[in-house]
Amino acid sequence: MGELNKYNIFTRGLLKENPVFVLLLGMCPTLGVTSSAMNGLGMGLATTFVLVMSNAVISLVKNFIPNKVRIPCFIVIIASFVTIVDLVMAAYFPELHARLGIFIPLIVVNCIVLARAEAFASHHSILPSIIDGLGMGLGFALAVTILGAVRELLGNGSIFGIKFISGDGILVFVLAPGAFIVLGYLIAIVNKINRIR
Amino acid sequence: MTKKTSSFFNMVSTLFVVTFLSSAALGYVYELTKGPRAAADLAKKNEAIKEVLPEYDNNPLDEKYEITTKDGYKLTCYPAKKDGKLVGTAIETFTNKGFNGIIRLMVGFLPDGTIYDISVIEEKETPGLGNKMEKDKSDFSKQFKGKNPKFFKLKVKKDGGDVDAITAATISSRAFCDAVDRAYKAYMASKKNY
Repeated sequence: MGELNKYNIFTRGLLKENPVFVLLLGMCPTLGVTSSAMNGLGMGLATTFVLVMSNAVISLVKNFIPNKVRIPCFIVIIASFVTIVDLVMAAYFPELHARLGIFIPLIVVNCIVLARAEAFASHHSILPSIIDGLGMGLGFALAVTILGAVRELLGNGSIFGIKFISGDGILVFVLAPGAFIVLGYLIAIVNKINRIR
Repeated sequence: MTKKTSSFFNMVSTLFVVTFLSSAALGYVYELTKGPRAAADLAKKNEAIKEVLPEYDNNPLDEKYEITTKDGYKLTCYPAKKDGKLVGTAIETFTNKGFNGIIRLMVGFLPDGTIYDISVIEEKETPGLGNKMEKDKSDFSKQFKGKNPKFFKLKVKKDGGDVDAITAATISSRAFCDAVDRAYKAYMASKKNY
Protein backbone atom coordinates (compact mmCIF):
# COMPACT_ATOMS: atom_id res chain seq x y z
CA MET A 1 0.00 0.00 0.00
CA GLY A 2 2.93 2.32 0.60
CA GLU A 3 3.61 4.50 3.60
CA LEU A 4 1.09 7.09 4.63
CA ASN A 5 3.00 10.33 4.42
CA LYS A 6 1.57 13.75 3.69
CA TYR A 7 2.30 13.45 -0.03
CA ASN A 8 0.45 10.13 -0.31
CA ILE A 9 -2.48 11.40 1.70
CA PHE A 10 -2.93 14.20 -0.78
CA THR A 11 -2.35 12.39 -4.04
CA ARG A 12 -4.39 9.28 -3.35
CA GLY A 13 -7.55 11.38 -3.38
CA LEU A 14 -6.71 12.54 -6.88
CA LEU A 15 -6.37 9.24 -8.69
CA LYS A 16 -5.73 6.01 -6.82
CA GLU A 17 -8.58 6.51 -4.37
CA ASN A 18 -10.53 9.11 -6.33
CA PRO A 19 -13.82 9.43 -4.44
CA VAL A 20 -15.94 9.43 -7.60
CA PHE A 21 -14.17 7.06 -9.98
CA VAL A 22 -12.73 4.57 -7.49
CA LEU A 23 -14.57 4.86 -4.16
CA LEU A 24 -17.86 5.57 -5.99
CA LEU A 25 -18.98 8.08 -3.37
CA GLY A 26 -20.96 11.27 -3.90
CA MET A 27 -22.83 9.86 -6.88
CA CYS A 28 -25.86 12.10 -6.40
CA PRO A 29 -24.24 15.46 -7.15
CA THR A 30 -21.90 13.79 -9.63
CA LEU A 31 -24.81 12.73 -11.79
CA GLY A 32 -27.12 15.62 -11.05
CA VAL A 33 -24.93 18.66 -11.45
CA THR A 34 -22.49 17.81 -14.24
CA SER A 35 -24.45 18.95 -17.28
CA SER A 36 -21.78 21.57 -17.83
CA ALA A 37 -18.12 22.02 -16.94
CA MET A 38 -18.76 25.24 -15.01
CA ASN A 39 -21.43 23.65 -12.84
CA GLY A 40 -19.14 20.73 -12.10
CA LEU A 41 -16.26 23.01 -11.19
CA GLY A 42 -18.43 25.17 -8.94
CA MET A 43 -19.82 22.16 -7.13
CA GLY A 44 -16.36 20.61 -6.84
CA LEU A 45 -14.82 23.69 -5.26
CA ALA A 46 -17.76 24.20 -2.88
CA THR A 47 -17.49 20.58 -1.75
CA THR A 48 -13.70 20.88 -1.35
CA PHE A 49 -14.17 23.86 0.94
CA VAL A 50 -16.66 21.94 3.08
CA LEU A 51 -14.42 18.87 3.15
CA VAL A 52 -11.31 20.78 4.25
CA MET A 53 -13.11 22.85 6.88
CA SER A 54 -15.13 19.98 8.35
CA ASN A 55 -12.09 17.68 8.37
CA ALA A 56 -10.09 20.37 10.17
CA VAL A 57 -12.72 21.16 12.80
CA ILE A 58 -13.58 17.53 13.44
CA SER A 59 -9.93 16.63 13.83
CA LEU A 60 -9.58 19.48 16.38
CA VAL A 61 -12.56 18.48 18.51
CA LYS A 62 -12.30 14.72 18.17
CA ASN A 63 -11.22 14.26 21.78
CA PHE A 64 -14.13 16.23 23.16
CA ILE A 65 -16.91 14.33 21.46
CA PRO A 66 -18.23 11.21 23.19
CA ASN A 67 -18.29 8.25 20.85
CA LYS A 68 -22.03 7.68 20.95
CA VAL A 69 -22.89 11.15 19.67
CA ARG A 70 -20.09 11.51 17.14
CA ILE A 71 -22.26 11.15 14.03
CA PRO A 72 -24.80 13.84 15.02
CA CYS A 73 -21.93 16.15 15.96
CA PHE A 74 -20.16 15.54 12.64
CA ILE A 75 -23.37 16.22 10.72
CA VAL A 76 -24.00 19.49 12.56
CA ILE A 77 -20.46 20.63 11.87
CA ILE A 78 -20.67 19.62 8.19
CA ALA A 79 -24.11 21.21 7.79
CA SER A 80 -22.83 24.46 9.27
CA PHE A 81 -20.07 24.75 6.72
CA VAL A 82 -22.43 23.85 3.89
CA THR A 83 -24.82 26.58 5.04
CA ILE A 84 -21.94 29.03 5.11
CA VAL A 85 -21.07 28.06 1.52
CA ASP A 86 -24.72 28.44 0.54
CA LEU A 87 -25.00 31.93 2.06
CA VAL A 88 -21.69 33.14 0.63
CA MET A 89 -22.55 31.80 -2.83
CA ALA A 90 -25.97 33.46 -2.77
CA ALA A 91 -24.29 36.73 -1.82
CA TYR A 92 -21.29 36.78 -4.16
CA PHE A 93 -21.92 34.21 -6.91
CA PRO A 94 -25.69 34.44 -7.48
CA GLU A 95 -25.63 32.97 -10.99
CA LEU A 96 -23.74 29.84 -9.96
CA HIS A 97 -25.92 29.61 -6.86
CA ALA A 98 -29.05 29.65 -9.02
CA ARG A 99 -27.67 26.99 -11.35
CA LEU A 100 -26.52 24.58 -8.63
CA GLY A 101 -29.76 25.21 -6.77
CA ILE A 102 -30.79 22.48 -4.37
CA PHE A 103 -27.53 20.56 -4.83
CA ILE A 104 -25.66 23.00 -2.60
CA PRO A 105 -27.54 22.04 0.58
CA LEU A 106 -27.20 18.42 -0.56
CA ILE A 107 -23.43 18.64 -0.01
CA VAL A 108 -24.29 17.84 3.61
CA VAL A 109 -25.31 14.32 2.65
CA ASN A 110 -22.54 13.89 0.12
CA CYS A 111 -21.12 10.61 1.36
CA ILE A 112 -17.56 11.75 0.76
CA VAL A 113 -17.72 14.38 3.49
CA LEU A 114 -19.07 12.15 6.24
CA ALA A 115 -16.89 9.25 5.07
CA ARG A 116 -13.65 11.25 5.38
CA ALA A 117 -14.76 12.62 8.76
CA GLU A 118 -15.48 9.18 10.11
CA ALA A 119 -12.65 7.30 8.43
CA PHE A 120 -9.85 9.82 8.70
CA ALA A 121 -10.37 13.15 10.45
CA SER A 122 -11.70 11.62 13.64
CA HIS A 123 -8.48 9.59 14.00
CA HIS A 124 -5.80 11.95 12.78
CA SER A 125 -4.36 15.30 13.73
CA ILE A 126 -5.29 18.50 12.01
CA LEU A 127 -2.64 18.85 9.32
CA PRO A 128 -3.06 15.34 7.80
CA SER A 129 -6.83 15.81 8.03
CA ILE A 130 -6.66 19.06 6.09
CA ILE A 131 -4.43 17.44 3.47
CA ASP A 132 -6.81 14.49 3.18
CA GLY A 133 -9.75 16.86 2.77
CA LEU A 134 -7.84 18.77 0.11
CA GLY A 135 -6.85 15.62 -1.79
CA MET A 136 -10.29 14.04 -1.72
CA GLY A 137 -11.99 17.36 -2.42
CA LEU A 138 -9.80 18.19 -5.39
CA GLY A 139 -10.17 14.60 -6.62
CA PHE A 140 -13.91 15.08 -6.50
CA ALA A 141 -13.63 18.49 -8.17
CA LEU A 142 -11.44 17.04 -10.91
CA ALA A 143 -13.89 14.18 -11.47
CA VAL A 144 -17.02 16.30 -11.71
CA THR A 145 -15.34 18.97 -13.82
CA ILE A 146 -14.11 16.38 -16.33
CA LEU A 147 -17.51 14.70 -16.34
CA GLY A 148 -19.20 18.05 -16.82
CA ALA A 149 -16.81 19.01 -19.60
CA VAL A 150 -17.37 15.77 -21.55
CA ARG A 151 -21.13 16.01 -21.18
CA GLU A 152 -21.17 19.65 -22.15
CA LEU A 153 -18.91 19.04 -25.15
CA LEU A 154 -20.94 16.12 -26.49
CA GLY A 155 -24.36 17.38 -25.47
CA ASN A 156 -24.07 21.08 -26.16
CA GLY A 157 -20.97 21.50 -28.31
CA SER A 158 -19.41 23.88 -25.84
CA ILE A 159 -16.94 23.93 -23.00
CA PHE A 160 -17.16 26.32 -20.06
CA GLY A 161 -19.81 28.14 -22.05
CA ILE A 162 -17.72 28.67 -25.18
CA LYS A 163 -19.66 27.13 -28.04
CA PHE A 164 -18.02 25.40 -30.98
CA ILE A 165 -21.13 24.53 -32.93
CA SER A 166 -24.44 26.25 -33.50
CA GLY A 167 -27.54 24.51 -32.21
CA ASP A 168 -27.70 21.43 -30.04
CA GLY A 169 -25.24 18.59 -29.65
CA ILE A 170 -26.15 14.99 -28.86
CA LEU A 171 -28.76 15.91 -26.30
CA VAL A 172 -28.82 12.63 -24.39
CA PHE A 173 -25.51 13.63 -22.84
CA VAL A 174 -26.99 16.58 -20.97
CA LEU A 175 -29.82 14.42 -19.70
CA ALA A 176 -29.79 11.81 -16.94
CA PRO A 177 -28.95 8.78 -19.12
CA GLY A 178 -25.94 10.59 -20.53
CA ALA A 179 -24.62 11.19 -17.02
CA PHE A 180 -24.62 7.47 -16.30
CA ILE A 181 -23.10 6.61 -19.67
CA VAL A 182 -20.19 9.05 -19.46
CA LEU A 183 -19.58 8.26 -15.79
CA GLY A 184 -19.44 4.56 -16.58
CA TYR A 185 -16.82 5.06 -19.29
CA LEU A 186 -14.75 7.39 -17.10
CA ILE A 187 -14.81 4.88 -14.22
CA ALA A 188 -13.59 2.20 -16.62
CA ILE A 189 -10.80 4.41 -17.95
CA VAL A 190 -9.59 5.51 -14.50
CA ASN A 191 -9.58 1.99 -13.13
CA LYS A 192 -7.64 0.83 -16.19
CA ILE A 193 -5.09 3.60 -15.62
CA ASN A 194 -4.77 2.62 -11.95
CA ARG A 195 -4.16 -0.98 -12.89
CA ILE A 196 -1.41 -0.09 -15.32
CA ARG A 197 0.50 2.12 -12.87
CA MET B 1 -11.44 7.71 18.74
CA THR B 2 -12.07 9.86 21.78
CA LYS B 3 -11.11 9.89 25.41
CA LYS B 4 -14.47 11.16 26.56
CA THR B 5 -16.84 8.59 27.94
CA SER B 6 -20.34 8.51 26.52
CA SER B 7 -22.07 9.36 29.78
CA PHE B 8 -25.47 10.98 29.59
CA PHE B 9 -24.13 14.28 30.86
CA ASN B 10 -21.21 14.26 28.43
CA MET B 11 -23.42 13.51 25.46
CA VAL B 12 -25.99 16.15 26.29
CA SER B 13 -23.43 18.84 27.06
CA THR B 14 -21.37 18.10 23.95
CA LEU B 15 -24.40 18.21 21.69
CA PHE B 16 -25.46 21.44 23.33
CA VAL B 17 -22.06 23.08 22.86
CA VAL B 18 -21.69 21.91 19.25
CA THR B 19 -25.13 23.12 18.22
CA PHE B 20 -24.74 26.36 20.17
CA LEU B 21 -21.44 27.23 18.54
CA SER B 22 -22.71 26.23 15.11
CA SER B 23 -25.83 28.40 15.39
CA ALA B 24 -23.74 31.32 16.61
CA ALA B 25 -21.38 30.97 13.65
CA LEU B 26 -24.26 30.65 11.18
CA GLY B 27 -26.11 33.61 12.65
CA TYR B 28 -22.97 35.66 12.20
CA VAL B 29 -22.40 34.64 8.58
CA TYR B 30 -26.12 35.17 7.85
CA GLU B 31 -25.92 38.77 9.07
CA LEU B 32 -22.65 39.33 7.26
CA THR B 33 -24.05 38.19 3.92
CA LYS B 34 -27.54 39.70 4.33
CA GLY B 35 -26.63 42.90 2.49
CA PRO B 36 -24.89 41.33 -0.52
CA ARG B 37 -27.59 38.65 -0.82
CA ALA B 38 -30.36 41.24 -0.93
CA ALA B 39 -28.34 43.27 -3.45
CA ALA B 40 -27.84 40.19 -5.65
CA ASP B 41 -31.58 39.46 -5.62
CA LEU B 42 -32.35 43.05 -6.49
CA ALA B 43 -29.86 43.06 -9.35
CA LYS B 44 -31.39 39.87 -10.76
CA LYS B 45 -34.89 41.39 -10.62
CA ASN B 46 -33.71 44.61 -12.23
CA GLU B 47 -32.03 42.66 -15.03
CA ALA B 48 -35.22 40.71 -15.69
CA ILE B 49 -37.31 43.87 -15.81
CA LYS B 50 -34.88 45.78 -18.02
CA GLU B 51 -34.85 42.92 -20.51
CA VAL B 52 -38.56 43.15 -21.28
CA LEU B 53 -39.27 46.87 -21.31
CA PRO B 54 -38.41 49.88 -23.46
CA GLU B 55 -36.19 52.58 -22.00
CA TYR B 56 -37.25 54.03 -18.68
CA ASP B 57 -35.79 56.38 -16.11
CA ASN B 58 -37.58 55.47 -12.89
CA ASN B 59 -37.01 52.51 -10.58
CA PRO B 60 -39.85 50.07 -11.32
CA LEU B 61 -39.02 48.05 -8.20
CA ASP B 62 -39.82 51.03 -5.98
CA GLU B 63 -43.24 51.43 -7.56
CA LYS B 64 -44.22 47.79 -7.70
CA TYR B 65 -47.81 46.82 -7.02
CA GLU B 66 -49.84 43.64 -7.08
CA ILE B 67 -52.76 42.63 -9.23
CA THR B 68 -55.04 39.64 -8.73
CA THR B 69 -55.94 37.09 -11.37
CA LYS B 70 -59.42 35.67 -11.79
CA ASP B 71 -58.38 32.45 -10.04
CA GLY B 72 -57.07 34.34 -7.05
CA TYR B 73 -53.30 34.48 -7.69
CA LYS B 74 -51.36 37.65 -7.04
CA LEU B 75 -48.95 38.87 -9.70
CA THR B 76 -46.36 41.58 -9.10
CA CYS B 77 -46.25 44.48 -11.56
CA TYR B 78 -43.29 46.78 -12.09
CA PRO B 79 -44.28 50.02 -13.84
CA ALA B 80 -41.63 51.72 -15.95
CA LYS B 81 -41.83 55.45 -16.58
CA LYS B 82 -39.97 57.91 -18.72
CA ASP B 83 -40.30 61.61 -17.86
CA GLY B 84 -43.15 60.68 -15.55
CA LYS B 85 -45.19 58.93 -18.23
CA LEU B 86 -45.89 55.20 -18.09
CA VAL B 87 -43.97 53.48 -20.91
CA GLY B 88 -44.55 49.87 -19.92
CA THR B 89 -45.25 47.42 -17.15
CA ALA B 90 -43.28 44.28 -16.41
CA ILE B 91 -45.40 41.57 -14.87
CA GLU B 92 -44.03 38.52 -13.08
CA THR B 93 -46.26 35.65 -14.09
CA PHE B 94 -46.22 31.88 -13.88
CA THR B 95 -47.88 28.67 -14.93
CA ASN B 96 -48.11 25.30 -13.23
CA LYS B 97 -48.75 23.53 -16.53
CA GLY B 98 -45.12 23.16 -17.53
CA PHE B 99 -44.00 19.73 -18.64
CA ASN B 100 -41.64 19.45 -15.69
CA GLY B 101 -43.13 21.87 -13.20
CA ILE B 102 -43.56 25.56 -12.67
CA ILE B 103 -42.52 28.08 -15.32
CA ARG B 104 -42.07 31.72 -14.32
CA LEU B 105 -41.94 34.51 -16.88
CA MET B 106 -41.39 38.25 -16.88
CA VAL B 107 -43.72 39.77 -19.49
CA GLY B 108 -43.31 43.39 -20.54
CA PHE B 109 -46.55 45.08 -21.63
CA LEU B 110 -46.91 48.47 -23.25
CA PRO B 111 -49.69 50.60 -21.72
CA ASP B 112 -52.21 49.42 -24.32
CA GLY B 113 -51.59 45.74 -23.61
CA THR B 114 -49.18 45.04 -26.46
CA ILE B 115 -46.42 42.63 -25.50
CA TYR B 116 -43.01 44.28 -25.70
CA ASP B 117 -40.88 41.30 -24.78
CA ILE B 118 -40.86 38.15 -22.65
CA SER B 119 -38.03 36.58 -20.71
CA VAL B 120 -37.97 33.36 -18.74
CA ILE B 121 -37.25 33.65 -15.03
CA GLU B 122 -37.47 29.99 -14.16
CA GLU B 123 -38.18 26.78 -16.04
CA LYS B 124 -37.34 23.13 -15.67
CA GLU B 125 -38.34 21.96 -19.13
CA THR B 126 -36.50 19.33 -21.13
CA PRO B 127 -33.23 20.52 -22.65
CA GLY B 128 -33.44 20.69 -26.43
CA LEU B 129 -37.23 20.62 -26.35
CA GLY B 130 -39.22 22.67 -23.84
CA ASN B 131 -36.25 24.74 -22.77
CA LYS B 132 -36.15 26.25 -26.27
CA MET B 133 -38.52 28.81 -24.76
CA GLU B 134 -35.40 30.52 -23.43
CA LYS B 135 -34.38 33.55 -25.47
CA ASP B 136 -30.91 32.27 -26.24
CA LYS B 137 -32.09 28.85 -27.38
CA SER B 138 -34.61 29.65 -30.07
CA ASP B 139 -36.81 32.38 -31.50
CA PHE B 140 -39.95 30.93 -29.91
CA SER B 141 -40.42 33.77 -27.42
CA LYS B 142 -39.62 36.39 -30.08
CA GLN B 143 -42.89 35.78 -31.92
CA PHE B 144 -44.78 37.48 -29.09
CA LYS B 145 -42.92 40.77 -29.46
CA GLY B 146 -45.11 43.61 -30.62
CA LYS B 147 -48.24 41.47 -30.60
CA ASN B 148 -51.38 42.59 -28.86
CA PRO B 149 -53.25 39.64 -27.32
CA LYS B 150 -56.48 41.38 -28.30
CA PHE B 151 -55.77 40.25 -31.88
CA PHE B 152 -52.99 37.69 -31.36
CA LYS B 153 -54.67 34.65 -29.77
CA LEU B 154 -52.48 33.34 -26.95
CA LYS B 155 -52.94 29.66 -27.75
CA VAL B 156 -50.83 27.33 -29.89
CA LYS B 157 -51.99 26.90 -33.48
CA LYS B 158 -53.01 23.32 -32.70
CA ASP B 159 -55.55 24.73 -30.23
CA GLY B 160 -56.86 27.32 -32.63
CA GLY B 161 -54.58 30.16 -31.62
CA ASP B 162 -51.84 32.13 -33.35
CA VAL B 163 -48.76 30.87 -31.54
CA ASP B 164 -46.21 28.69 -33.34
CA ALA B 165 -45.42 25.97 -30.81
CA ILE B 166 -41.89 24.63 -30.28
CA THR B 167 -41.55 21.50 -32.41
CA ALA B 168 -42.19 18.40 -30.28
CA ALA B 169 -42.72 20.55 -27.20
CA THR B 170 -46.42 21.33 -27.35
CA ILE B 171 -47.00 21.01 -23.62
CA SER B 172 -44.22 23.47 -22.79
CA SER B 173 -45.48 25.85 -25.47
CA ARG B 174 -49.03 25.63 -24.14
CA ALA B 175 -47.77 26.32 -20.62
CA PHE B 176 -45.83 29.35 -21.84
CA CYS B 177 -48.99 30.75 -23.44
CA ASP B 178 -50.92 30.04 -20.25
CA ALA B 179 -48.49 32.15 -18.25
CA VAL B 180 -48.55 35.04 -20.71
CA ASP B 181 -52.34 34.89 -20.94
CA ARG B 182 -52.65 34.95 -17.16
CA ALA B 183 -50.56 38.12 -17.02
CA TYR B 184 -52.45 39.77 -19.89
CA LYS B 185 -55.92 39.06 -18.49
CA ALA B 186 -54.99 40.23 -15.00
CA TYR B 187 -53.29 43.35 -16.39
CA MET B 188 -56.26 44.36 -18.54
CA ALA B 189 -58.67 43.69 -15.68
CA SER B 190 -56.60 45.86 -13.34
CA LYS B 191 -56.54 48.73 -15.82
CA LYS B 192 -60.33 48.83 -15.84
CA ASN B 193 -60.24 49.52 -12.12
CA TYR B 194 -58.11 52.63 -12.40
